[in-house]
Amino acid sequence: MSEAVQHTVKSYEQELKRLRNMITEMGGLVENQVSMAAEAIMESDNDAAGSAVEQDPKVDQMERDVEQFVIRLLALRQPVADDLRHVIAALKITADLERVGDYAANIAKRSIVLEQFQIPFSLTGFSHMSRLVQDNLKNVIDAYGANDAEKALEVWRSDEVIDDIYNAIFRELVTYMMEDPRSITPCTHLLFVAKNMERIGDHATNIAEIVYYAVVGQALTEKRPKGDNSAFAVVRPPVA
Amino acid sequence: MSMTSEAHDQQGGFGSVQVQSHEALNPAKISIHGLDFFYGDNKALKNINLNFPDRQVTGMIGPSGCGKSTLLRCLNRMYDLYPGQRATGEVLMDGDNIIAPTMDLNALRSRIGMVFQKPTPFPMTIYENVAFGVKLHEKLSKSDMEERVEWSLTRSALWGEVKDRLNTSAMGLSGGQQQRLCIARTIAVRPDVILFDEPTSALDPISTLKIEELIDELKHEFTIAIVTHNMQQAARCADQVAFFYLGEMVEVGSAADMFTSPREKRTQEYITGRFG
Repeated sequence: MSEAVQHTVKSYEQELKRLRNMITEMGGLVENQVSMAAEAIMESDNDAAGSAVEQDPKVDQMERDVEQFVIRLLALRQPVADDLRHVIAALKITADLERVGDYAANIAKRSIVLEQFQIPFSLTGFSHMSRLVQDNLKNVIDAYGANDAEKALEVWRSDEVIDDIYNAIFRELVTYMMEDPRSITPCTHLLFVAKNMERIGDHATNIAEIVYYAVVGQALTEKRPKGDNSAFAVVRPPVA
Repeated sequence: MSMTSEAHDQQGGFGSVQVQSHEALNPAKISIHGLDFFYGDNKALKNINLNFPDRQVTGMIGPSGCGKSTLLRCLNRMYDLYPGQRATGEVLMDGDNIIAPTMDLNALRSRIGMVFQKPTPFPMTIYENVAFGVKLHEKLSKSDMEERVEWSLTRSALWGEVKDRLNTSAMGLSGGQQQRLCIARTIAVRPDVILFDEPTSALDPISTLKIEELIDELKHEFTIAIVTHNMQQAARCADQVAFFYLGEMVEVGSAADMFTSPREKRTQEYITGRFG
C-alpha cells in the first residue's frame, strides 16, 4: 500500500486509511477474544472467560461504526475500482469479524458451565484446532492490512485441516457420550464449543476470499476446500 | 471541523475514529434572513433563510434555473451592475447587512471574492494579475507586494509551476492553471469569504480534483460557498449542502446527512437522478 500513488485529495486518502485501521483494530480485538475464549476452555480460566465476554459489546459497536463510515464514504466519495472493492471489503469483513466475536463470547460462556464437570478426556485436539484457527485469523487480518492476496490464499487453503480435526473431535465426543451417559452434558457443551471454533475458522476463510477479491479484482474460482463432514457422520457402537 | 460521537465513547467504540453522521457545523459567517430577489417583476428567490458556517464549505445544488447562482451573486452585490435587479431581506456578515444600500461595495468585494466558471485571467503578466486587486485596496512596498504575490500563488498550489515566469503573460497558462491563478488573484486581497460559481465545469477531471484539494485546504482560512451542478462535487467538497428548486431552498444539512438520508422527497428525487 505504501508504494501506491496518493490520491489527489488528501482528506479522501486519509479516510481510506482510517477505514483500513478500523478493520485491523477490530481484528486485533477479536483475535484477543478468541485467544481468551480458548484459554478459558483449556485452563478453566474464569478471568479469561470474563474478558472474552466483556469485549463483545465493544466489537458490536465497532461493526456499527464501520458500517456508518462505509455508507458515508460511498455517498460522499463515490469510490471506484480498487477503492470501491476495498470499501465494500471492509463492510463485509466487519460483519464476519463481529460473528467471530459472538462465537468467542459463546465459547467463553460455555467454559464457565464446563468448570462444574470433570472432563475425563484430553482436550489436546481442541487445543490444536484452536491454535490453528487463531493462526488463520491472525494471518488473514495481516493479509488484509498488507493487501497480500497470496497470504489470503494460504489461509483459504488451510481451513481443511481445521475441519478434519473438528470431524475427529465430533466422533470422539459422540463415542464418550455413548460410553457414559454422565458425560452427555459436558460433551454436548464441548460439541458446541468445537463447532463454534470451527465456524470461526470458516469466517477466517470468508475474510480470505474477500481480501483476495479486493486485491486481485476477481473472485476465487477454485472450489472452496470443505472438509467438515460431521453433517453426515454416523457413529455406531461396537457390536457387543 | 469536528465530528465526535458521544454515544460510541460510552460504549468503547473506536477511540480515535469519529464517524457520527451529524457533523458539527461552525457558527455562521454569513446569515441570510427572508431574502427575496427580483429580476424585474420575476421573483427568482423566495424567502431564503440560510447560514454559511465560518471556514467551512457550503455547497449549493439544484437544477438549472433554481436560483443558486442568483443567490451567490447576492452575496457580493453583483446584481448592482444591472438595473431592474433587486433584493429585499437581510444578508448579514459581521453585523452588516450586505444588501443594504449603505453597504460600501468596494470594501464588500475585498472581503468577499469570487471565482467564475470560465477562468478570467487579465491580459497581463502572472505577477500583475495577482497584484492588480491588491493595489486597488492597499498601498504595499515592492517587497511586501512580492511577498503577497508569492503567498497567494503558493496557497493556490501554483507557485511551483510559475515562479520562474512571473513576468510572462497569464494567457499562456493551461485552463487548470488559469483557474488557480484566478483563485490566487481572489485570495491576494485577503478576503473572509470566497464564492465559487461552477469553478471546475470547464476543467478536466484531474484539474478538477486539484481544485477540490485546494478548496479543502483553503477552507481552513476562508469561508467558502460553491455553486455546482455536479452533485458528486458537492458531496466530495462541501461540509454543508443546500438544495434549491424553483427559487426556494428545499433543504439544507450536512453533506453526510444530505447524501445518505435527505429529509425531503424532492431532495432525494433530485440527488438520485430521478428528476431535474
